[in-house]
Amino acid sequence: MSQSAQLTIPVNEAASGEGVKQARRFRYDPRYTPPLFITLILATGHWSFGILESLEKTLLSIGVAILTETVLSRIYLNKWPHLASAYISGISVGILLRSPFFWPFAVCAALTIMSKYVVRYRGQHLFNPSNFGISALLFLSPGAVAHLSVQWGNHIWPMLVIWILGSVIVYRVKRFHISATYVAFFFIFAWLRTLITGDPFVAEIAPITGPMYQLFVFFMITDPKTNVRSKKGQIVVAILVALVEMLLRLGEVIHAPFYALFLVGPIALFLELWWNARKAGRLQAAVA
Amino acid sequence: MNWKKLPLYVVFVVLLAAPVVLSREVVEEVARSEEAIALYGFYLRDVTEEAGISFVHQSPTFDSRLDHIMPQVASMGASVSVVDFDRDGFQDLYVTNSGEGSKNAFFRNLGDGTFEDVAEEVGLAELNEPGTGVSMGTVWGDFDNDGYEDVFVYKWGRSELFRNVEGKSFERVTEKAGFPDWANVHAATWFDYDRDGFLDLIFAGYYHEDLDLWHLPHTRIMPESFEYAQNGGRKYLFRGNGDGTFEDRSELLGPDSPLWAMAIAAVDLRGTGYPDLVIANDYEVDEIYFNDAGKRFIAAGETSRIGFAPKSGMNAAVGDVLNTGQYSIFITNISEPGALVQGNNLWVPRSVFGGDSLTYENMATTVGVELGGWAYGAQFGDLNNDGTLDIVGTNGFISAGRGDYWYDFSKVAGGNTTIISDAANWPAMNGRSHSGHQRKHVWINDGRLRFRDVASAVGLTEVYDGRAVVLADLWNRGVLDVVLAHQNGPLLVYKNTANPERAWIGFDFEGVESNRSAIGTRVEVFWDGKRQVQEVMASSGFCSQNQRRLHFGLGENPNVEKVVIRWPSGRVQTLEAPEPGQVYRIVENESDIEA
Repeated sequence: MSQSAQLTIPVNEAASGEGVKQARRFRYDPRYTPPLFITLILATGHWSFGILESLEKTLLSIGVAILTETVLSRIYLNKWPHLASAYISGISVGILLRSPFFWPFAVCAALTIMSKYVVRYRGQHLFNPSNFGISALLFLSPGAVAHLSVQWGNHIWPMLVIWILGSVIVYRVKRFHISATYVAFFFIFAWLRTLITGDPFVAEIAPITGPMYQLFVFFMITDPKTNVRSKKGQIVVAILVALVEMLLRLGEVIHAPFYALFLVGPIALFLELWWNARKAGRLQAAVA
Repeated sequence: MNWKKLPLYVVFVVLLAAPVVLSREVVEEVARSEEAIALYGFYLRDVTEEAGISFVHQSPTFDSRLDHIMPQVASMGASVSVVDFDRDGFQDLYVTNSGEGSKNAFFRNLGDGTFEDVAEEVGLAELNEPGTGVSMGTVWGDFDNDGYEDVFVYKWGRSELFRNVEGKSFERVTEKAGFPDWANVHAATWFDYDRDGFLDLIFAGYYHEDLDLWHLPHTRIMPESFEYAQNGGRKYLFRGNGDGTFEDRSELLGPDSPLWAMAIAAVDLRGTGYPDLVIANDYEVDEIYFNDAGKRFIAAGETSRIGFAPKSGMNAAVGDVLNTGQYSIFITNISEPGALVQGNNLWVPRSVFGGDSLTYENMATTVGVELGGWAYGAQFGDLNNDGTLDIVGTNGFISAGRGDYWYDFSKVAGGNTTIISDAANWPAMNGRSHSGHQRKHVWINDGRLRFRDVASAVGLTEVYDGRAVVLADLWNRGVLDVVLAHQNGPLLVYKNTANPERAWIGFDFEGVESNRSAIGTRVEVFWDGKRQVQEVMASSGFCSQNQRRLHFGLGENPNVEKVVIRWPSGRVQTLEAPEPGQVYRIVENESDIEA
């Protein structure tokens, strides 16, 4: 989700000239669409359902994410960053993390952004930033934090609206296959779990009907920056995330989806980057 | 190695370590009572056995279609209330049982350190007969103003009203009262909402009132959401006429919200003279109702901020924790490391009274009382007589065999309504625990907006599944003793030994123009430039009722300036410079005060 700012409509790079530059200066930047969209949903949801446990905590995580991004970008990239990504990362932390304390929101937001600058390979960050931050907090501080479970109720209509809207968004940015694959395999593995544990099938599929999964399925596992490039690879990674999640669930790990993505995502991306580099090296050697 | 990035790596590692350090729980361990008294001002000693109390609660067994999750659906019913039912000057303990055919117990305080069970003798034992439902709690109040405390036994089933016959026996008067034949009542309190001098009764359901849990028409009995469930039981408000009859005035509460009520407290939050209502709800937001001069109740959950974010409200206790003359509200919730961290709510008023615009801020985290496990009952009381209110909190959901049910619970709890609301969809518990064997909490107040958990250090080390907790001066020694009721566990009595250098003052009240129980009497003590307010209440906490007497700790060598008493009738009495170390018996409209 933190990288849904990357789900942008491409700007026509061919356009040039002073007039065009002038026009661009006042042109709406499509990278603002995801933050605006999520802000609208949150604002409506919060003032009607109270979906944010605390507005102050969400504002804190947004503030820390933006501040961290700005400072690190200035120091290490020597440029002013576009803040849409940090803003959404902050909101992700605010929604997905649950804690009566303030400090986890600040620490998680900072870790989320910092992970992009620290855990890198061949110029690219490996972890989905908010997945990294949230998984770290859930693992390191289980007594102080939990993840979102039912913050906008358990009713069918809000769920359907978000599933439809989410599907449309990821379809438009050509990532629907990732979400669809993950969901399909979640169901298959849920059926497998039922065979193994003897628990009702509806109990096994219950988690995916909750709001946390809606965010996970549409905005976290589809992150373009931390996904492998090929469509086939993306499908395989989605299956692997569902598979690892199933194994964790069999071990009764409550935060299974976050940890599954934490484990599978970076390894897959690392392998792809390594393989591509190796291939490029061989190609160069062959040309030489 | 990119040396320019070294500071970044260092900060990153520090931040990764921060959650481990910041969430580390500090448990104060002191084994010897002398040390505890020196450090914390008091020590608690389990005297259950020597007090002659032997009581173990039993849970009910519902329809066999719930067998796979029976420990979860039948997880409540252990309650305890304090009352001096025979007016002998010693506080007695009434305890509910919940197994079908099990008997409730009524421990009469003999004043010599021991108790005897008189439940059968006075007619208050056999309240769990098959077909009548099972007891969940009791609330005491003198509804006919005859000077003896009567009792409402609320049940999942047929709740009962008993009239106290001169402290010797109890007469069942349920039919005359006109209460509903069947409801799954889980919270109740006496109060005089219209200040007519007769006690009124409010009670609220947990499971829907149409359900007979022993003969279910279907298995769709569970909450429709873990945090937004509106398929619980309804609320009932009955106006007392003083003669054992009651008038159903439930409409004064406004449109009914069938939530899953866990606790009710009635107290004058705004200084209007009329009692307001605080209702803690499981699976939904908590509620506050402001009393509009006895004419109606105005739902103020959202405007006060208390009823905005839903959690699992278990407990409703009020206390002047900051010594400002205003009540804070303590509502416990669920916190389980690695699973769910709701955190307790300590709602502190943001303005001085504030009328209808009164708002609260949750300061549980700031003061350090946020994490209490799967918390149930909690009470405010000055355990060490230092002049500030401390908190005793009990907890623990289901202590059973190996393994934990949390994973399966969280799996279903986050699911869609059609899944969560049907018990048939819930995985079997198979004898597993669920937030069981939890350590209790005694948070002492340092008077500077900070509480410290010293439970183990002061002798409260048991890990049964706690439900109700009450505070009472059981042996008239000027200290608050602690009694805990446990689900499927024993009733435990802890005798408090407080630092003898610290002073205290106590008050017993008897209304004349006001209801005779004096419920709703507000007392403010001023000493050494400090002040503290307390109110005579019926129900407080979770399925419990503290002693009717008000106890104020005063610290060392206090100079008590005055005590201002405002009766429910509106009459105000002032005691100038009363001597500490005594219990004052005060009768409304009488100038003579007995010490």
